[in-house]
Amino acid sequence: MTPDRGAAGHGAAGQTRGTPEKLIEAVDLSLSFGSTPALRGASLGVAKGEIVAVMGPSGSGKSTLLHCLAGILVPSSGEVHFNGMRLDRLSDDKRSALRRDRFGFVFQSGQLVPELTAEENVALPLLLSGMRRGPAMTAARTWFPTLGLDGLETRRSGELSGGQAQRVALARGLVAQPEVLFADEPTGALDSMSGELVMNLLVSAVREQGATVVLVTHDARVAAYADREVVVRDGTVGTLTGAKP
Amino acid sequence: MSVPLTLLGLLERGPSHGYDLKRDYDAYFGQGRPLRYSQVYATLSRLARDGKAVAGPAEQGAGPERRRYIITDEGVADVEKWLAEPAPPEPDLHSELFAKVVLALMLGKQAGNYLDVQRAAHLQRMRELTEFKRQGSPLDVLLADHALYRLEADLRWIDHTAARLDMIARTVQGQS
Repeated sequence: MTPDRGAAGHGAAGQTRGTPEKLIEAVDLSLSFGSTPALRGASLGVAKGEIVAVMGPSGSGKSTLLHCLAGILVPSSGEVHFNGMRLDRLSDDKRSALRRDRFGFVFQSGQLVPELTAEENVALPLLLSGMRRGPAMTAARTWFPTLGLDGLETRRSGELSGGQAQRVALARGLVAQPEVLFADEPTGALDSMSGELVMNLLVSAVREQGATVVLVTHDARVAAYADREVVVRDGTVGTLTGAKP
Repeated sequence: MSVPLTLLGLLERGPSHGYDLKRDYDAYFGQGRPLRYSQVYATLSRLARDGKAVAGPAEQGAGPERRRYIITDEGVADVEKWLAEPAPPEPDLHSELFAKVVLALMLGKQAGNYLDVQRAAHLQRMRELTEFKRQGSPLDVLLADHALYRLEADLRWIDHTAARLDMIARTVQGQS
């Protein structure tokens, strides 16, 4: 998957947004749910290969920001750039395709499909992208030893511990070698030892793949795995040192 | 924690006698270990010698001779600088963090900004320790975990304090 470098330059005068240096960027995003504002002029740029932790109190808008960056939600105003594209201007179908082909996701409680085995869950993004079942399952199985899940390939999610299920979810998020992994409280449902294992595996895998990570967490020990952190407060993004987010 | 800078910070509220400074220091920051009078007056003399404060004229009264000390611009700048800079993120910082927050609020400064800078310094140290853990032996992990849990405790305190700054400010400003 070669990043598209041809369409950069949709940003404000004199600036190039969404360049490979800043693989993904939110500019002045606003979004309300009913009369409740979730984002109020939130801006954030993430460089290619960077792991950025998005911190902030509950209800501050950090998950909403992640959803806008990932094209799950469309902001009511502002711009989202991904690799030179105006992501917020894409149709629903194109955003879905982008999420499927170029983004990976890990959420707090795995959200594995209970009817599928662990290996089928991991293979799911490849199958949805049109890969045949055989190669998809082969690719999925390579993740099991890497994540310490040997022998659990045919278990269903109800037969896995929380930590095991989250590692399966991590494999599913990374199996298609996404350019950006969006992780929303990936260790939020785990004890500290399991959480540490998941974060170590996540960092090792994304470093090896060269993926960019947007990591939403309220946990400083999880944020410490990132290259830097930003803080969302009342729907805006800031840094602790006053530097540009 | 720096006693001279803390006394200087208390002095920034307004001219004070050594007696009053000692009383307030002990009340806010003594934590069961009050300053000796000799330490207070020796510190005030050094601050005056270094141009951070000036001693007012002797005041005659029934008791011993008393002087009010007044902070200088240089002293104000020193307090400002000290309050703005994060302390080294190491265990057992609580007294310095506490003193900086209380003094900042007492002086009507932005304690939230200080807490943010301190939070950033803590997170940076946690990043270093996490990387050290990822590369290290099981004993390195054990060692780093100890420091990480202590820093995490500080961070929780910082978050709780940041959420309650208005209430703490009302308490501190009402008492000073």
